Amino acid sequence: MLPDAERLCEALAESLRPGLDHETALVGIHTGGVWVAERLHAALGLKTPLGRLDVSFYRDDFGRSGLHPQLKSSDIPFDVEDRPIIIVDDVLYTGRTIRAAMNEIFDYGRPARIDLAVLVDRGGRELPVCPRWAAQTLQIEPAKNLQLERSEAGTLTLRLIDA
Amino acid sequence: MRNPQLDKNGGLQHLLTIDGLPREILNAILDNAAPFTEVAEREVKKLPLLRGKSVFNLFFESSTRTRTTFEIAAKRLSADVINLNIGTSSTSKGETLLDTVDNLCAMQADMFVVRHASSGAPFLIAQHLAAMKLEHIHVINAGDGRHAHPTQGLLDMYTIRHYKQRFDNLVVAIVGDVLHSRVARSQIHALTALGVPEVRVIGPKTLLPSDIDKLGVRVFHDMRAGLKDADVVMMLRLQNERMKGALLPSPQEFFKSYGLTADKLQHARPDAIVMHPGPMNRGVEIDSAVADGPHAVILPQVTFGIAVRMAVMSMLAGA
Repeated sequence: MLPDAERLCEALAESLRPGLDHETALVGIHTGGVWVAERLHAALGLKTPLGRLDVSFYRDDFGRSGLHPQLKSSDIPFDVEDRPIIIVDDVLYTGRTIRAAMNEIFDYGRPARIDLAVLVDRGGRELPVCPRWAAQTLQIEPAKNLQLERSEAGTLTLRLIDA
Repeated sequence: MRNPQLDKNGGLQHLLTIDGLPREILNAILDNAAPFTEVAEREVKKLPLLRGKSVFNLFFESSTRTRTTFEIAAKRLSADVINLNIGTSSTSKGETLLDTVDNLCAMQADMFVVRHASSGAPFLIAQHLAAMKLEHIHVINAGDGRHAHPTQGLLDMYTIRHYKQRFDNLVVAIVGDVLHSRVARSQIHALTALGVPEVRVIGPKTLLPSDIDKLGVRVFHDMRAGLKDADVVMMLRLQNERMKGALLPSPQEFFKSYGLTADKLQHARPDAIVMHPGPMNRGVEIDSAVADGPHAVILPQVTFGIAVRMAVMSMLAGA
């Protein structure tokens, strides 16, 4: 039985709240991370507009699998220089996406710090990446994909599918 | 026979001509180009997609804008770019095209961007690479003879989509020296493939190919009639260097009949956009008042050209 994604969003927002200052910016990673970041942004009432990253241009598997279909534009609508940034993703697995996201952020400027907040940490890291906040930790076998889905009504749910 | 531009999975292997490319691939290139436009707004205008790759610009014919935008596109993708102006090097010493290519392959080339005065030269190189089993090397046609200039055609489509959002309700007029223009051929193939319902060509009989209507375009010799209610006006450069014989009385005479002036442009729709692939001959095919006026999107075309070329290069390199 997978945890309720909506509850996890609420819990994640509450754990982020004490560490925020008024300069803090959230950056969601397309697509699931953006959904979570939108929830957090609204729940925390942040003034800095939400950033969105499509890390396809920075992925380390481009040489093997080429450009991902359905590229989205990255959008960082604030000055990165000296700003505390929280990267938001739905599921943390190998850590490669986070590596790509950090590389991309540095092409916009030098942030004061970068933290990582995820809905679920499923283990299986291949890089030294550790989230500062994870609403839930799960052990999931490599043969499965854990995905966040959004219904037409906007409800978020976690789903386990065969990889 | 397989389309020589596509690999066995139907992905883009080379970009040689728009003729025969499926609409899905054209749309994929236009879709992929959009996120690349955003890179120009960043502090660091560089993406790592072509890191460690060597892109050779092989220009057997002079060019400033196309060569520069290809160079910028490759550099923003972190490739190493080597520019060869072959007119002034090996070929003038007698080396054949394919010998030049073989030598550059021996230098671990990953991509060739080729401009050549002979139609089919990039195709010849692509064929040669296939025969040599060098399928990891990609070729982009940057203009061959009177044949094709696919990235120009694509950046023009990107520009139209940017300003008009869709293709299926447009009247597009292509004006001027269609006979010598590889750009016009690429534009016509792209517009047709993307579903533009009415493509017109406007020009004097001497500068329109006699069988041009076979490409599915309407032919006009009177510019005012041809521009009537057009959404997009695509001007072509009068190609003096390709003129043979007396095709035109004089540039002044041409301007009088086919030069785009504010007065003639009034026949097009009020929100029409005016495009030109450059370099412009002011006072020959286009009046300065129009070239610098509110309808012109000539400089955005150049900017979009970088993003479109980045998208094409990334799609080839990732294939």
